Amino acid sequence: MEIAFYITAAITIISTLLVITRYNPVHALLYLVVSLLSLGMIFYLLGAAFAALLEVIIYAGAIMVLFIFVIMLLNLGKETAEQEKKWLKPKVWAGPAILALVLFIELCILLNTNDQAQYISELHVDPKVVALSLFRPYLIGVELAAMLLMAGVVGAAHIGQHKKTVLHRFLQEKEGT
Amino acid sequence: MNAISTNMVMLLAAILFILGIAGVVVRKNIIFMLLSVEIMLNAAGLAFVAAGARWAQADGQVMFIFILAMAAAEVSVGLALILQVYHQHKSLDIDKLREMNG
Amino acid sequence: MDNLLWLIPALPLVGAMLLILIGNLLPKTYVAIIGVGSITISAIVVLLTGYSFLSSPPEGGQLTQTLWVWFEVANFKPEITLYLDSLSLVFIFVITFIGALIHIYSAGFMAEDKDYSRFFACMNLFVFSMLILVLADNLLLLYLGWEGVGLCSYLLIGFWHESHANGYAARKAFIITRIGDTAMAIGLFILFYQFGTLSINGILQSAPNLWPVGSAIATATALLLLAGGAGKSAQLPLQTWLPDAMAGPSPVSALIHAATMVTAGVYLIARMHVIFELSPAAQMTVAVIGAATLFIAGFSALTQHDIKRVLAYSTISQIGYMFLALGVGAYSAAIFHFMIHAFFKALLFLAAGAVIEALHHEHSMFRMGGLKDKLPVVFWTFLIGCASLAALPLISSGFYSKDQILWYSWAAEGGDAILWVLALSGAFITAAYTTRMMILTFWGESKTEIGHKPGKLMTIPLVVLAFFALFAGFIELPHNFGHFTLFSDLLHPVLPETRLGESETNEWIFQLVAATVTLGGISLAYYFYYKQPQRLSNLRSSGAFNRIYDFWLSGWGFDKIYDTLIVKPVVYLANINRRDIIDQIYNAITSGTTALYRLLSFTQSGSLRWYVMGLIVGAILILTIQIML
Repeated sequence: MEIAFYITAAITIISTLLVITRYNPVHALLYLVVSLLSLGMIFYLLGAAFAALLEVIIYAGAIMVLFIFVIMLLNLGKETAEQEKKWLKPKVWAGPAILALVLFIELCILLNTNDQAQYISELHVDPKVVALSLFRPYLIGVELAAMLLMAGVVGAAHIGQHKKTVLHRFLQEKEGT
Repeated sequence: MNAISTNMVMLLAAILFILGIAGVVVRKNIIFMLLSVEIMLNAAGLAFVAAGARWAQADGQVMFIFILAMAAAEVSVGLALILQVYHQHKSLDIDKLREMNG
Repeated sequence: MDNLLWLIPALPLVGAMLLILIGNLLPKTYVAIIGVGSITISAIVVLLTGYSFLSSPPEGGQLTQTLWVWFEVANFKPEITLYLDSLSLVFIFVITFIGALIHIYSAGFMAEDKDYSRFFACMNLFVFSMLILVLADNLLLLYLGWEGVGLCSYLLIGFWHESHANGYAARKAFIITRIGDTAMAIGLFILFYQFGTLSINGILQSAPNLWPVGSAIATATALLLLAGGAGKSAQLPLQTWLPDAMAGPSPVSALIHAATMVTAGVYLIARMHVIFELSPAAQMTVAVIGAATLFIAGFSALTQHDIKRVLAYSTISQIGYMFLALGVGAYSAAIFHFMIHAFFKALLFLAAGAVIEALHHEHSMFRMGGLKDKLPVVFWTFLIGCASLAALPLISSGFYSKDQILWYSWAAEGGDAILWVLALSGAFITAAYTTRMMILTFWGESKTEIGHKPGKLMTIPLVVLAFFALFAGFIELPHNFGHFTLFSDLLHPVLPETRLGESETNEWIFQLVAATVTLGGISLAYYFYYKQPQRLSNLRSSGAFNRIYDFWLSGWGFDKIYDTLIVKPVVYLANINRRDIIDQIYNAITSGTTALYRLLSFTQSGSLRWYVMGLIVGAILILTIQIML
């Protein structure tokens, strides 16, 4: 089990690293799917089977499909890749990367402050417990999440309407000149 | 025998989170930024699930589900916005969309 | 007749309101009818009320009419109550009667003015305020009238507001009287604090029980009230506004700055005499101020060129006599002189106005002259007025009123030889400057061609006033001949009888001295200005004399003193603080925050990546703190 965890963890890290370094959006997206699937595997290893399922079905399935649709709609292909290549210069990414590294080091230090090793319990948290917990103590949260999704749907439908180029009145002048 | 150290899982979550945040800052393409945000959300979810698994409680997974719902809503709105932006500006460069400066 | 009392102030108020609201729409004839008519009817009502008051005196010699409660705060409940006793009867008679005559005169005098209705609106409002002042039952209502007359005085001095000098004179009058008014308001606060009421009768009745004679608080209150009176009545040291107030039209000078408003201080002190009697020191101050003022103003009047300024200084001087009389406790003498003075000074101002009008607004007496035959009516009435002002023995009413004061200034309980000497020299100067004015204006050779002669509207009031200036004095004759005391008997219920001092004095001698002094003054001026004018010019060529002359001309340099002591430092401070030092602090705060805002707005670059970087740096900082701790 431990070995399986380390392997999947390595896969996750590598594929995620590739996600943020690819020039072609479709490639990045595929690596992200890999990363999500391996994360689902880790969930399973941690005994959270329900979470693993959701990760695979909703994240790797539904959400990533959305991304693919959008990329296809925008017809992002080779030109985008070349443009990305131009954008990703060391001058651009060095500074942020250093900052991220600092943050990472600090996180590591904080993680290592508690010395006694703690281990994940062997008990599996089965979906039934999760469902009971969801619809009893977290009912309000579920309803709020439902509302959020509703708002997301309405918002997306509204924003995504294919209108003629209607610029905000502040932007119009700039555009005109 | 299940002997995954919590620290290790947390470390993984931290690494993913840092990679996500680095992606957000480094990339100029909005789609990539959105992808990186997804990675960060995943990292947070992983931390929750790991904590839930450590104490054998359902709450971690409940939180993950909330994060999932939130991510779904966010992605749908975000992608709609990206579509609009692309239609209006013919570009996905985040640095070109700086009209909202102070 | 009792219930007609409210009509007396109401009529001028209605007139004023009508003229304010629709005066500009009406033709001049209607404006004149409203403006003059309201006062005339009011005067008739006063005569009716006065007749019924005198023929069947009400109980206690007073008559009150409560109209409504003004407002109510806790136990403070000032009412709009009119109060009529013999003192206020004299005042309302003078105000409405002379007021009506002056209004009639104004209808002719102002006929050419474009702001005809504004003039009458202000005049009516003034009469209303003055009536409220003297009819008020409580001090708050009195103060309302007091401020009202101040306002109208301001408006009317600056009536011809196109000229800067007039506006300046109006502001000066307003601000200087405001000093006195503030003192008076403080006095009212003390009275209210001590007595819990502002009702005049309530205060007068309880004051002797509450305050011992000569107590500090009584002195303080009396002095504060005196300051109010001195401001309004142009007494030392607040007298400087009155000569400048002559910038207003002549009828205004006659009504406000001679007959009525400037005597409000006399009314106030006479009304509150109980308070003053509780403080011998304050009463002494009143007498001293009166004597000093009459003396100083007399000398200034002697040197003025402007005929109206001569009259202004003489007004200050005559009110000084009234204050002197009040100070020595001769209240009825003061009120008597007030009435006589109102007649002859209104007459003089109106006549002077007619002269000025006839000579194309020429104010300087040295460019007048030779008007004796050209303006006979004005000449004779002016002569009568001058006789009264100079107190020509036996035939003029001014003699009877002033002689009384002169005698009391020695013989009364508060009298003193020094006061008498000052008053006597004042009488001498009065006679001299009056004769000088008369000679310069009407005798000699004509220096300016006359324009149009005054019409009937202007001459009739002159004749009526001249009649009163000549004969009004006979209602009160001295003890030694006639002993006819109609006037003081009338006032007796309100004002205490004058107590004479212990030393036996022979009134005959005093009258003889006063008459001699007056005639001496007249002959002196006659000598210098009519017989031997070149003597005067010889005198003028000597330096010392010239300096004194200029000193008197400038009103004893009071304006200069106030200018250096008060106006200049204030202006200097204001100039230093032109940018408002305190305001600078707040400005600094604003500009500081604005600068910070500009700085912070750079961070609002619109670049999402920068925002995320900011988030990262923030997270790093927080985690660093976490690690450090």
